[in-house]
Amino acid sequence: MEVREYPRLGETVSRRTLSNGLTVLVVHKPFHAKRYAFFATRYGGMDMRYRQDGQWKDTPAGIAHYLEHKMFDTREGNALQELAKNGAVENAFTSGSMTAYYFESTEHFYDNLRILLSFVSVPWFTEESVAKERGIIAQEIRMTEDDPEWRVYANLMECLYRESPIRIPVAGTVESIQSITPQVLYDCHRAFYVPGNMVLVCVGDVEMDRVASLAKEILPAERGEDIPRDYGAEESAEPDCREKELAMEVSMPLFLGGYKCRPCGGGEALLRRSVIGDMACDVLFGDSSPLYTRLYEEGAINGSLGGNFDVMPGAAYLYVGGDARDPWRVFDEITREARRLGEEGIDEAFYQQIRRAAYGQAIRSLNSFENIAVSLAEGCFRGFDYYRLPEIFDTVAKADVEAFLREELTQEHAAISVIRPLGGEMEQDG
Amino acid sequence: MARQMLMDNVYLTCIPSEKFKTGFFSAQLVMPLAKETAGRNALLVNVLGRGTQRFPDMRALSAQLDRLYGARLEPTVRKKGENQVFGFVASCVDERFLPDGERLLEPMADLLGELFLSPATRNGRLRGDYLESERANLADLIRSDINDKRVYAARRLLEVMCQGEPYGLSRLGTARDVERISLQRLNSHYQTILPAARLELFYCGAAREQRVAGAFARAFAALPRQRAVEPAATVRKAAPEECRVVEETMDVSQGKLGIGFRTDSQDMPATMVMNAMFGGTSNSKLFLNVREKLSLCYYAGSTYHRAKGLVTVSSGIETANYDRAVTEIMAQLEALQEGRWEDWEFQGARSSLRNSLLSLEDSAGGLEDYAMGQAATGSDESLPLLLEAVSAVTEERVRQAASCVKPDTIYFLKGKEA
Repeated sequence: MEVREYPRLGETVSRRTLSNGLTVLVVHKPFHAKRYAFFATRYGGMDMRYRQDGQWKDTPAGIAHYLEHKMFDTREGNALQELAKNGAVENAFTSGSMTAYYFESTEHFYDNLRILLSFVSVPWFTEESVAKERGIIAQEIRMTEDDPEWRVYANLMECLYRESPIRIPVAGTVESIQSITPQVLYDCHRAFYVPGNMVLVCVGDVEMDRVASLAKEILPAERGEDIPRDYGAEESAEPDCREKELAMEVSMPLFLGGYKCRPCGGGEALLRRSVIGDMACDVLFGDSSPLYTRLYEEGAINGSLGGNFDVMPGAAYLYVGGDARDPWRVFDEITREARRLGEEGIDEAFYQQIRRAAYGQAIRSLNSFENIAVSLAEGCFRGFDYYRLPEIFDTVAKADVEAFLREELTQEHAAISVIRPLGGEMEQDG
Repeated sequence: MARQMLMDNVYLTCIPSEKFKTGFFSAQLVMPLAKETAGRNALLVNVLGRGTQRFPDMRALSAQLDRLYGARLEPTVRKKGENQVFGFVASCVDERFLPDGERLLEPMADLLGELFLSPATRNGRLRGDYLESERANLADLIRSDINDKRVYAARRLLEVMCQGEPYGLSRLGTARDVERISLQRLNSHYQTILPAARLELFYCGAAREQRVAGAFARAFAALPRQRAVEPAATVRKAAPEECRVVEETMDVSQGKLGIGFRTDSQDMPATMVMNAMFGGTSNSKLFLNVREKLSLCYYAGSTYHRAKGLVTVSSGIETANYDRAVTEIMAQLEALQEGRWEDWEFQGARSSLRNSLLSLEDSAGGLEDYAMGQAATGSDESLPLLLEAVSAVTEERVRQAASCVKPDTIYFLKGKEA
């Protein structure tokens, strides 16, 4: 076992790779009452086409998410209830590239960990239970269809990408989930829920030895096959289409503009690029940026404007959006400001100020056990140590951020998705 | 959790802790929630948040926050019982993570003080341009709750159910009222409430209490104090004989069902356990039956509004399933009233409540919210005491608590196609 201290972050992490290939991390937090466990597989909504037993397989959109829902079923009943009996708060999520199951509890931590490791590693599906889930997931999908923030994002992805599975919603569609059967779910579980493809992160007053011995006892002894995935051919930097517009029951227009960026590989280079992308966001449209304050004071935007830089397998994009009466104008101003900053350079004093703020934000995010677990797990899957963030920070220069603004955030890479109010705008008495 | 009086009608709650990466600050005024003033108070904090004499515009203010290592500052407006709690919460990285032993506590306290006491002004009054832009933003924000139909339906349920009671008012007031606030009105409102309102200060972080009290006392030394207005006591009402039903139609694909109940039970810990069993967890009767057994919805849950004695149920359903969902929700309440549950349901609910109360200690924001709730509703029950009270709840007390729950109003937001 390796124990690493991170004095600049005030963190201590134990790390161990078990003989079955599972990576186990324990982030020690001796003063917290709650303890947190996060068990994740490198398998998400984007992993629809993969090779298993020597042949390529295509699976329906939404399969990873469906599987997440069904994993809680056990031969004896339902793991949710087992955990809830112990007072644990549990949940799960499926993103484009990861499915994770986690709980937080103040009592019975190791009992709960046993339950978590068991239900995630032992599938139990029946025709009846899989059919029944269709109603629940269909309702979940319908709910997202009414959610303007979700729709504006989904439409942006459809604008930016032509073939990448990132343009398909993680939960799939009501139609695509119809063809999901217990057999498809078993196949996907066998392919991706294997120790070699998974990571277990515990945060809190937790002992590595007890965690590791539980994991060894419960999980399979074999690491499992390495599964190649197909995310489609690398796309050109040009978006598939420039804009999409949709009318919904909203009080004012909202938008999300995006820039299709060059995809990046893994390792510390990826972490560094994320830092640069995030700093570009802060410099360009962060709360203290000249553009943000000007647009806010003009009334062109409100406090909702914000954005982020996302890196997914085979895809990377920066998005920015919020409420605006004239979304096209606001997005156009952002693109022009990116060009200006890229060409004329960022003011040195402003850059130093943003740098200080970004460093503080990075430390702040470690208040959240969930942030810690997600970031460390992602690091394991993509080959970097997230806690080396302060050191990575030191290597980023103003010129890196300027180059990013100049090369990535251009008109040629841009697309916009807009949700506007339905024709007869509802005037509520409220 | 120690609360001390710092000045006349000014209190400080200080929670020393080294487990967080950040220090958490809050300064909140507490006033009875009322239709005339709800919008004014909400608008006031947003205008004050635009700038101070030292940092007169957004750019100067956010630059200062950047310099304080990405400190966060946020205007907040909350409803606690029948009071409005409004002011600022702020946080910054703990000093031990800074390279050169810089101090952040004093500048943070100063900034909070300046936001209340020396706002950016023109000709001795709050700035008209700030008023105009914040007034428009606030009105937009109030109207935008329609974007999230779940939030919208929850607000409408309380509005309909508690019509005429302060609890039925929205924490931000109405868009219409906000749009009518003039600069003169806002100025005189500011002059009136600043000396009168209760001020609750809060800090959680690694600094010593004495240093915190000193920093806040200095930052708020110029606060005028006269004609103290005390927070309002919450008034409880009985449910009507007949349950009201209100329906609205919108172009949505999923209907939103809200059911409001009233309870006259004084046994708060037992009602907390009862609510957890009813719809408070993913192991509750509503979750297991309405969602898991009948697949009627994606979510179904209940909330206990402690101070006011309400329980509200919220669920997203197909419009066509309305009758089945209402019947099933009522049947689950009946089961609780008749004491029909398995032992694990009761044990699990108590355990999950204990867990959420204990976890509160691990979140500075959670502790602040709890402290403000206690201060505004005049309750001084500490977290450990509440924890003990929850652990001592018996099954018979749960049954009795459930029997006190009476339906008041059903609100249904339905889709057009049905």
